[in-house]
This record gives sequence, structure tokens and C-alpha cells, in this order.
Amino acid sequence: MRWRPGPIFIILALAGLLPLLDIFLPPKLQMCEAVRGVFLYAILALGLNVVTGYAGMLNLGIAAFMAVGAYAFGILTCEIYPFQLGFWPALALTIPIGAIAGFILGAPTLGLRGDYLAIVTLGFGEIIQDVLKNLEVVTKGTQGINPLPAPNFGGGEWTANDEYKWYYLFFVLLVVTVIAARNLERSRLGRAWFSIREDEIASRSMGIRVERIKLIAFATAAAIAAFAGGLSASVLSSTGEPSNYDFQISILALCIVIVGGIGSIAGVLVGSLVMVGLNSIVLVKATAWMAANGIGSQGNVLLSPNNWKFLIFGLALILAVRLKPNGLIPPRIQRAKQ
Amino acid sequence: MLDFEVFTQQLITGLSNGMIIALIAIGYTMVYGIIELINFAHGDVFMLGAFLALTLLGALGMEAWGPSGQVFGVALMLIGSAVFCGGLNWSLDRLAYRSLRKSSKLSLLVSAIGCSFVCMNLGLFWGGAPMEVFSNGNSAAAPKHFPAIIPQINLLGDGFLRITPADLLVFTVTIPLMVGLTIMVKRTRLGRAMRAVAQDPTAASLMGIPVDRVIGATFFIGGALGGFASVIYSLYNNTIGFQMGTRAGLDAFTAAVLGGIGSLPGAVLGGLTIGCVRSMSDQYLETRWTNTIVFCILVLILIFRPNGLLGKTRKEKV
Repeated sequence: MRWRPGPIFIILALAGLLPLLDIFLPPKLQMCEAVRGVFLYAILALGLNVVTGYAGMLNLGIAAFMAVGAYAFGILTCEIYPFQLGFWPALALTIPIGAIAGFILGAPTLGLRGDYLAIVTLGFGEIIQDVLKNLEVVTKGTQGINPLPAPNFGGGEWTANDEYKWYYLFFVLLVVTVIAARNLERSRLGRAWFSIREDEIASRSMGIRVERIKLIAFATAAAIAAFAGGLSASVLSSTGEPSNYDFQISILALCIVIVGGIGSIAGVLVGSLVMVGLNSIVLVKATAWMAANGIGSQGNVLLSPNNWKFLIFGLALILAVRLKPNGLIPPRIQRAKQ
Repeated sequence: MLDFEVFTQQLITGLSNGMIIALIAIGYTMVYGIIELINFAHGDVFMLGAFLALTLLGALGMEAWGPSGQVFGVALMLIGSAVFCGGLNWSLDRLAYRSLRKSSKLSLLVSAIGCSFVCMNLGLFWGGAPMEVFSNGNSAAAPKHFPAIIPQINLLGDGFLRITPADLLVFTVTIPLMVGLTIMVKRTRLGRAMRAVAQDPTAASLMGIPVDRVIGATFFIGGALGGFASVIYSLYNNTIGFQMGTRAGLDAFTAAVLGGIGSLPGAVLGGLTIGCVRSMSDQYLETRWTNTIVFCILVLILIFRPNGLLGKTRKEKV
């Protein structure tokens, strides 16, 4: 059989070659740093895709697990705490810590009607910010934990100037996540997830332990999100303040999955490019351009592109569900049905 | 102040806020009872109702009206917001939910979340309106002061306990609405049709019930109750903001689940409980932990009594 590159391979290959183009562009048009953000959200959304795409459970608080990962990374590495691990062991530990957090929240609530879970995760996403803010002793409140370490191979610890090193680190970790997600999708576990998504009662009668399989999906998603959180804390060298992990982040991840193609890895990658591109490239550039030209400085609410964010996300969700229920790149299983 | 008086005072505040939460919770519970959708946009519809009330208040200059004029003004805001929120909720159903009745529950929920965001953004824009009550369009995102046009006096004279006309307003508006709603659901044709559709939409449509119209009416009534709630919330708490829908929605949903989703008396009981828990937590713990406590209650009920205090056991539809 001849090998043909699939959509995932093509997207990743293009992303891997982007810096070659980037170094020839004038600094104003360079986009590696922005694309790095796309990679981070793609990792987060791949996590959400496990629980919402594969297992069909709506999770509205994925950012909370990102916060768990970021703070775990902070506490494990920062010099004011006793652990003081390096970058790699701490980043690796965010995965089991995220899984445990997901397990603790999921275990009591997963046996319930599916839509209750949406509310529980929404509530969790809201209160985790309160908890992080209120436990100042441990989390340093709104200051965030900093400074945090970066990887240090190839000549000393990286700084924010090592743009391309960070780019390829994110790229490699995204590729690892994609491979992991792809293998999960094709494993026995992945098939069980698809099965309960399509029909829970039928799956149960086929001998699938629905509660346990759901819990694994929930914890896996939490683990991947925590991993993304640890990574983002490292590149910023700070956990930032708790409100950095608010509902907007969860919804951005949800938009990526729904718009891109629910349950489809290639869809998540394209979705990240579209939604994050819109959110942190187009809107940010538009704001900067308008400020430079003196438009919207007089406080007119309609003239600040940032104020349109919720409207854009909301409409993206409504229209995606209505017009392209399977997303821009539908998953294999849906393509086969058509 | 004596301990007992502090406690009673907090109880009064809690019950008043609880009645408001209950009114919002009824909107959730009615819609969930009939089409099994958590209408995420409900909290934001409530928020827009409050913005409409503030706009009416500012545009008509109600602050300058005399005492009897202000009674009329409150009535005007109540009716205006109720019609507006009812209509808005009905339109959401018409535009964003109706075409998805046959799709998966997940799509419906996602669509509801999308509506919630659109409404929230409209609130942000509305907050930037060039009116004096909206600080002339400056700092659109900042919370807005809602003028207390009800006199802030103590009806109990000089005693330690305070019962204000605002407390009285809460109860005189909410109790008749709840009683009326219960009678409507139990006695009228529309109420019977609503219960029939909740039981089995297909069978109901075979019996000649216009299912879509009944669902639309449910959305309208639920939204209208949210509209009433928004006005009394604003008059009672005197601060509104475009993000208040999320918090109010979470509280009200917790109340609906606590009471047993789908049950009207349950929503009231749940609302009163959540209201009291909030005010007690504000007083005896710390305000900053109150939201966490409410969330813990939600999780605990879901673990130990998923059907709520007054809910009936019901199997998930296949």
C-alpha cells in the first residue's frame, strides 16, 4: 500500500517548517511567537477533545485543570518552596497531578446525567480562581508564583529571547500529544469512549464499564490540560494571576474543538489555528492598529476589538453547531458515515 | 448588636435574596423539565433585564419622580423587563434551539452556551451606552450603580432589626408570581399542555398539542420571571454589571438542582436555602469563600441526593 500523508501530518509538517520562512520576514510580520500560542491551545484542546470529543461529555472548566498544572509546576520548581525540581521532572509531574485532580472532581459526579457534569465543571472553573486567590499562603494570591525555570540544554537556561528554541519545544510537545491522542483514539479504551458517546446503555450491555471509562476520559483530559498549564507557566516564568485561567480560556478551548471538528485531531489543529489566530493575532493586531491610528481611544465600547470577543466566540459556537455540526474537519468516523 | 439579632438580620437578607434566586431558578427548572436543556443563556437574559430597567429609569428620569410616581416607575420597569426578557428568551429558542431539537443534546447545550456569550457581549455594549446612568459610556465593563429609588427606611422604627421597603417589595412581587405560576401549570390548558410535552413530546403532538408553541411559551414565561427577578435584584442590591449573569445563573441552577430539577416548589425551597447559605457564609465565614461553599453544596447534593430535595426519581430518556 502506498503511504499518503494525512491532514494531521501535513499541518504538523507546515508548522515545523514555519521558522524557515519566519527568519526571512521583517520583524513586524514574524509569527513564530503567535503560533507558539496556537500550539499551546492545541495541546489544551486535544485534552478537551478526549473528554468532549471522544467520550461526549461537556467539560466547561478545562482551564481549571490548566491552572492546577501551572500551580503544580510553580510549587514544584520555585525556589521559595521545598521541592525545587528542574524543568523536566516538574513538567512530567504535572501530568499525574492533573489526572489526580480530574479523578477527585470526576469520581463523585460522573455517574450523573451528562448535562449536570457541564454545570459542575463550570462551577469548578469559577471557584478554582477563588480558591487560588484566597489561599495566599501557598499560591501568593494575585501575584502568582515566580520566577519559574526554563529548560537549559543548548547553552544555559533559556530566556524569552530564545524564540525558536521555545517554538520547537512547543512543537515537539504538540507532536507528542498528537501521537498520544492518536494512539488513544485507536486503542481499546478509545473505542470504548466512542461507544459510550454513541449509546451509553448499549455500551453498558456490551460489558463496558461506563463509569470507569468516563472517569478515565475525564482524568486524561485533566492530565493533558495540566501539562499545557505547566508549559505555559514555564514560558511565562510565572503562574500569573488566578484570573488568567478563567472561563474565557475554557470557552476558547471548547470553540476550538467544536469549530474544528469534535473528536477529530486534525480538526483540533485547524480549529486552534482559526480560533487562536482570531483571538490572539487578529484581535490583538487590530487593537494595536487602531490605537496607533487614534481610533477608539475615546472609550467607545464598540471601537475596541477586544470587546467583541464574547460575541465572536458565541456566534462561532451557534453557527458551528447549526451549519457544520461535525466541524471543519470531521472525524474519520463521521466522514465514513457521509 | 446581639448575636441573635445579627442572625435574624442575615436571615431576612438571605430570604430576600433567596426569593430572587428562586425566581431565576424557576426559569431553569421549567425549561429543563420540558426539553431537558440547561438554558445557559438564562442568567444573561436576566442580566439584560436589569440593564433594560436601568435604561428605563435613566431615560424617564424616575429618580426625580415623587413617591407615588416611583411606585408607578417600579411597576413600569417590572413589566418592561418581564416582556423584554420573555421575548428575548423566546427568540433564543426560536433562533438557536428549535432547529436543534432533533440533534444530540451536546449540540443543544453548546448552542445555549453560545447564546449566553452573545447576550453577555450585548450587555457589555449596552454598558457603554451614552447615558448618564451608564456613566456616559465611559468604562463600559465597570459595574453600574442602580439608584435606590425605593426609600431606604426601616419599617420597624428604631429597632436593631431592619426591614426595608425593598425587602417588602421582594416578597410582594415574588410570592404572587409563584402562586400564579403554580395555578397556571396545574389548572390551565397551557399548563396541562406543558406537562404533557414534558412527559412525552411525540404523544403530545399526536394528541394535537402544538409542541413547538408550547415550548416557546415555556421559554417566554421562564424569561419573564427572570425579567421580574432582574428588576427586584437591581432595586435590592443596587449594583449591576454585564458579568452578573454567570454568578446568578450558577446560584439559581444550584438552587434548581437542590430542590429537584423540574419541580416548582423545589426551585423555591432551593432558592431560599441558597440565599440563606450565602448570607450566613458572608456573615460567619468570609465573603470571599461564599461562592466556594455554594459550589461544594452543589457537588454534595449531586453525590448524595441527585434528584434533589423534592424531585422525583426519573430515568434518563433513552
